[in-house]
Amino acid sequence: MGGALNINHLLFLGHGALWTIGLSAIALIGGGSFGFLIALGRVSPSRAVRLLAATYVQLIQGTPLLVIMFLSFFGLAALGFNISPLLAAGASMTIFVAAYLGEIWRGCIEAVPKQQWEAAEGLALSRSQRMVKVILPQAIRLATPPTVGFMVQIVKNTSLASVVGFVELTRSGQIINNSLFEPFIIYSIIAVVYFSLCYPLSRLSRRLERSALQKKPALA
Amino acid sequence: MGLVLDFSVVLDRWQALLDGATLTLQLAIIAVVCGATIGVFGAIGRRGGNVLVERLCGAYVEAIRNTPLLVQIFLVYFGLSSLGLQFSAFTVAAVALTINVGAYTTEIMRAGFDSIHKGQIEAAEGLGLSKAQIYWHVIIWPGIERVYPALTSQFVLLMLASSVTSQISAEELTAVANYIQSETYRSFETYIVVALIYVALSFIMRFGFWLLGLALFPRRRRLGTPL
Amino acid sequence: MNAHVNPPAAPPNAPVVALRNVHKSFGSLKVLDGVSFSVGRGEVTVLIGRSGSGKSTALRCIDRFETIDGGEIEVCGRRVDDAGLDVRALRQDVGIVFQSYNLFPHLTIEENITLAPHAVKKVPKAEARALAAKVLAQVGLEEKLHAYPEQLSGGQQQRAAIARSLAMQPKVMLFDEVTSALDPELTGEVLKVIEALAADGMTMVLVTHEMSFARGIADQVVFMHKGKVHEAGPAGILSSPSTPELAQFVGTGF
Ligand SMILES: Nc1ncnc2c1ncn2[C@@H]1O[C@H](COP(=O)(O)OP(=O)(O)O)[C@@H](O)[C@H]1O
Ligand SMILES: [Mg+2]
Repeated sequence: MGGALNINHLLFLGHGALWTIGLSAIALIGGGSFGFLIALGRVSPSRAVRLLAATYVQLIQGTPLLVIMFLSFFGLAALGFNISPLLAAGASMTIFVAAYLGEIWRGCIEAVPKQQWEAAEGLALSRSQRMVKVILPQAIRLATPPTVGFMVQIVKNTSLASVVGFVELTRSGQIINNSLFEPFIIYSIIAVVYFSLCYPLSRLSRRLERSALQKKPALA
Repeated sequence: MGLVLDFSVVLDRWQALLDGATLTLQLAIIAVVCGATIGVFGAIGRRGGNVLVERLCGAYVEAIRNTPLLVQIFLVYFGLSSLGLQFSAFTVAAVALTINVGAYTTEIMRAGFDSIHKGQIEAAEGLGLSKAQIYWHVIIWPGIERVYPALTSQFVLLMLASSVTSQISAEELTAVANYIQSETYRSFETYIVVALIYVALSFIMRFGFWLLGLALFPRRRRLGTPL
Repeated sequence: MNAHVNPPAAPPNAPVVALRNVHKSFGSLKVLDGVSFSVGRGEVTVLIGRSGSGKSTALRCIDRFETIDGGEIEVCGRRVDDAGLDVRALRQDVGIVFQSYNLFPHLTIEENITLAPHAVKKVPKAEARALAAKVLAQVGLEEKLHAYPEQLSGGQQQRAAIARSLAMQPKVMLFDEVTSALDPELTGEVLKVIEALAADGMTMVLVTHEMSFARGIADQVVFMHKGKVHEAGPAGILSSPSTPELAQFVGTGF
């Protein structure tokens, strides 16, 4: 590389963009799974579990993702793990996303009317049956628009994985810039790529929200 | 292997940590005040009736909300210097954070203004209030009151996000942490301490906004409505 | 779980539901103040009274949706006030239908009905579907098997909710103002279903504001006033009340 911006640079950026998508997917799957447990913990009948989940959410939502990145990177090293940027970035995003998605989903679980719980109780369903067969299917519908909306945050926040050396879109831009010294042009291109990843998600989330508002289920 | 944590060398640098935390709060406050001002005008612009202004405000909001803050910071940093303008890292950080939070605030305040019932505005028109007076008394303050909790959350998120400005060497809390860990080699401990300071800062900010809310919205104070 | 173990043997003529001196408060608000009444097998008891007099609370206590502060409740030979009660076993014996239907909106009517028999009683799927068809026929909705709740009228939804309870083959049914959310022209179809159940010998406790319906169906009327059973007796007390409060209540309709 070096010299003027050429096709190889763009291919390198494209490669970085693919890793941005890959890390976003890891964050969504990892953070989604863990976040689901957090959401269940927040509505658990056990006080201790509720407290534990709430403390987790408070701590993570009070810490910048950048600091979580450093904590994972150095923490995994201190624990004797062989740190790779992918591991540190994936762990950080999972920890971070779980706290936010967990809280969003808790809201959705609690938004299912109390009468639905009672009707299920009246039919002698066990707590886990009530959750799995009655509450969660309804909560998932409520959760779809805000979850898609949060995916925008996930994609944008993967840019911070650049600080632990994970070569996603932003980091690949930094690397190119080190040889080209055209920061404004390069970061403009990067911004456009992020925008084209995020904007469709934003639009979709808003459309889902609107259609969910339109067909609010009647008293059922 | 055993994990042995030693916080003493980190805590010895409490003065630097305190300075960093102070700068973080300063950055957040500057960005919140300027961003909220942008937000009020942006929200008015988005519903004001002039198509061009509406489009412009909309484009600003979408551009900011769909790109990472880190990239925005780099663009402001390198954009200003490519224009031949040299500013301190702190100024650049404050500008970038303001632009960022201004967009989110615009969107939140628009929702607040839109929630004001038409009848309220018609009543004010019937009383002969001017357009500016109607905005000020009937739309802006009642609108902000409704979305105050959402604004508070957004401002706390902004304070946390200000850590990203360490990447252009603004001397805020995360930059101080980076510096301390490179000197002490106690990286894990450093970031644990700093994470806890951020948690404390978010509580302080929430508390501050709660107090501010009581001062700004006497109705809530009197009715005991939670903010 | 011991769904198939019979409850402790009760004497043959023991009441299906019995409340004895039941007390219940919400915070400082006394809602049930020494309530007693009992319901024999195959009997229909109608609870009436002003809004806020504690009718719903009494009903909810019977199905352990609320725990009581004092007194005794016995349902199908089980002590409901016992802290160690097997709540799910109780609820298999008791069906409850609410004012707001509370069908599960994400399930078809058939799925609404087969859910509990299959999940709780382990009735095989095919058998549960046959059961669903049977109870839906009972409430006159056999053609709505595959509809979703929102496709049904309020009256149909409430009948489906009754069918859902019936599918658990309860020994007693509780109805809490099940027609109050319905337009007047739709209440009749629901009341007819309940009348048919009574004729079939179902034991029932129901709260209603439909006085002529109550008069026709009740073996026993319990008039609640300020958390107490103010007057109780056969349906005749609605025509010749002996307390001024009941007289006034019947006179105004509410
Ligand atoms: N879960 C509850 N918490 C507090 N108060 C309640 C609760 N449920 C009912 N109440 C109060 O108890 C009183 C009796 O209510 P209810 O049994 O529903 O009366 P009814 O069904 O006769 O109209 C009312 O004043 C009501 O507000
Ligand atoms: Mg009631």
